[in-house]
Amino acid sequence: MIRANKSFKNFWERNRLTQGYLLKRTVGRAMFRFARAIMLFGLCFLILQPILSKISVSFMEEKDLYDATIINIPRNWSTQNYQMSSYLMNYKKALGTTLWLSLIIALIQLASTTLVAYGFARYNFPGKKLLFAFVLLSIVIPPQTILTALYLNFRYFDIFGIFKLFTGDTVNLLNSVWPYVFISSGAMGLKNGLYIFMLRQYFRGIPKEMEEAAYVDGCGKLKTFLVIMLPDAKPMLTSIFLFAYVWQWTDSFYSSLFLRKFNLLSTAVAGLGDSLMTHMQNISNRTAFPTTAYTQAVISTGTLMVVAPLVLIYFIAQRGFVESIAQAGIKM
Amino acid sequence: MKNKRSGIQGRQRKIRKPKSMAFRNALAGYLFTSPFIIGFLLFLMLPLLQSFRMAFSTVRFDGGIVYDFVKFYNFKYIFKIDPEFIPLLIDELLQMAYTVPSIIVFSFFIAIVLNQKFKGRGLVRAIFFLPVILSSGVLIGLETNNTLMQGLKDVIAKTSNASSITDVVKSMFLTEGAYIGPIQYVFDAVDRVYEIAMASGIQIIIFLSGLQTIPASMFEAAVIEGATPWETFWKITFPMVSSLILVNVIYSIIDFFVRSDNEVMTHIKDTMTAQVEYGRSSAMAWTYFGVIAVIIALVSAIISKRVYYYD
Repeated sequence: MIRANKSFKNFWERNRLTQGYLLKRTVGRAMFRFARAIMLFGLCFLILQPILSKISVSFMEEKDLYDATIINIPRNWSTQNYQMSSYLMNYKKALGTTLWLSLIIALIQLASTTLVAYGFARYNFPGKKLLFAFVLLSIVIPPQTILTALYLNFRYFDIFGIFKLFTGDTVNLLNSVWPYVFISSGAMGLKNGLYIFMLRQYFRGIPKEMEEAAYVDGCGKLKTFLVIMLPDAKPMLTSIFLFAYVWQWTDSFYSSLFLRKFNLLSTAVAGLGDSLMTHMQNISNRTAFPTTAYTQAVISTGTLMVVAPLVLIYFIAQRGFVESIAQAGIKM
Repeated sequence: MKNKRSGIQGRQRKIRKPKSMAFRNALAGYLFTSPFIIGFLLFLMLPLLQSFRMAFSTVRFDGGIVYDFVKFYNFKYIFKIDPEFIPLLIDELLQMAYTVPSIIVFSFFIAIVLNQKFKGRGLVRAIFFLPVILSSGVLIGLETNNTLMQGLKDVIAKTSNASSITDVVKSMFLTEGAYIGPIQYVFDAVDRVYEIAMASGIQIIIFLSGLQTIPASMFEAAVIEGATPWETFWKITFPMVSSLILVNVIYSIIDFFVRSDNEVMTHIKDTMTAQVEYGRSSAMAWTYFGVIAVIIALVSAIISKRVYYYD
């Protein structure tokens, strides 16, 4: 059999030598591949289908929506829907605000969670286990539980009654970016517990020798962290940053509470249906209101406009994104 | 030689000083984790205690926050008077019991497939992880939260003969009204395959990362020993990633409970912002949290007994 493999005989001859096993195996493998390809294609289509249909709907004129003969390809191409949702969401301004606000928040969260994760991964100190249990707790607690109290604390913000003593009243911080900046720098923002967990897993995987070598060469603890550890963790840091950025971008939960003053895409798209209704009633002097199909088309367009920049970032960074998480080898 | 000895002596002198290596390590540890310690105390522990206090009081505003202690009134209210909370909660739990196992099976299966080598793997992976973006935050609830759309769906379901993939299969193979028992679960899971696929982006990534840490030599050894792929799966792949099943189950449960189109969450938020009943909404949130904590504790106790740790 080894001889048969070495010499370049044709398939059937080799098949005969293996008493039909080769043919069976080849056919089996081909069928397996075929079935796998069909299944993967189906599932990929399933995931992409809503986006594709949103794209096609977003280019339709309103009358196309009611035409039963039009299924996917619009007959009257127009960018009307884009103009409408762009107007309703105040898109350019909202996009700008979302871009820089998400960037700032994501960077703050990245910095604080990295520090914390590094502390948990590389140093031993009394109470570490308890503190890490608190990290897990912060993942598990639904934000709703603490939301009310957190909201009120920032509404009537005061540090040990100092403000009240001087100005006679507490400070309302809700109309500024500060509450969420504070929360983020305390590693308590959206899904920050998860980031700490993932980064800790990564830092734990870096061999101790590297750290020791740095100490022997005269690096201090902070310098070791900044010069040795951070560059090594770059892929992981990138993906955590992307997670933080993307999830901050689409988050409406914290945004609608703490970033109310800012015109953000996520809150704008959440209220798109309502603002379309208001707009239509205003221009028609309260006689007309948008139909379901049209509302849906505008919301779809709005969603696309919110998602498009993210998908762009994702496809650029996708490789590093997925690979780095896969390499980190997350384990409990 | 002499130099070296003096070096060691110098070091020993250093260790005898009160600031030992362990002390400095601990200090560094506290410093590095200080953002979390402060953040945890201020933005989690404090609000948590406050909200606990709120759950047992009526909250008034009189230049600041005033708590009137009312014992268990809020809890009595949500359990006995509030018409929505309990049905919503039960509905949510049932859905969770349905969805989470499907997500785990689906994502494990997909992770295994995506770990194989084939043409266009990069693209397929990218598409499967797309839900990480697409089903996050506000985007997930946009369509389902729209009441108009919901009505439209009902109309479509009524007017068309078969509204789902599995209805056709059912009408072909099953006698009307016959008992199908657990198969119904499979049918429902297939009907919801889109939702499941959208909810399992992260889980696929976690499983994939686990699969890639299994040394290839193990599989080689198994093949040489004559193990079939089926046996290899149950004896190697499954035990090696079983710890990740626990991680994923817990992640899925949490993700399910805190996602933004969750109706219990919406109800809690409405009670707070629309009805301005802070005490009541805190009581709801604590009940909800209690339920989640019990479920997670139960599930992890059950699963962690069966988890196999390699190292």
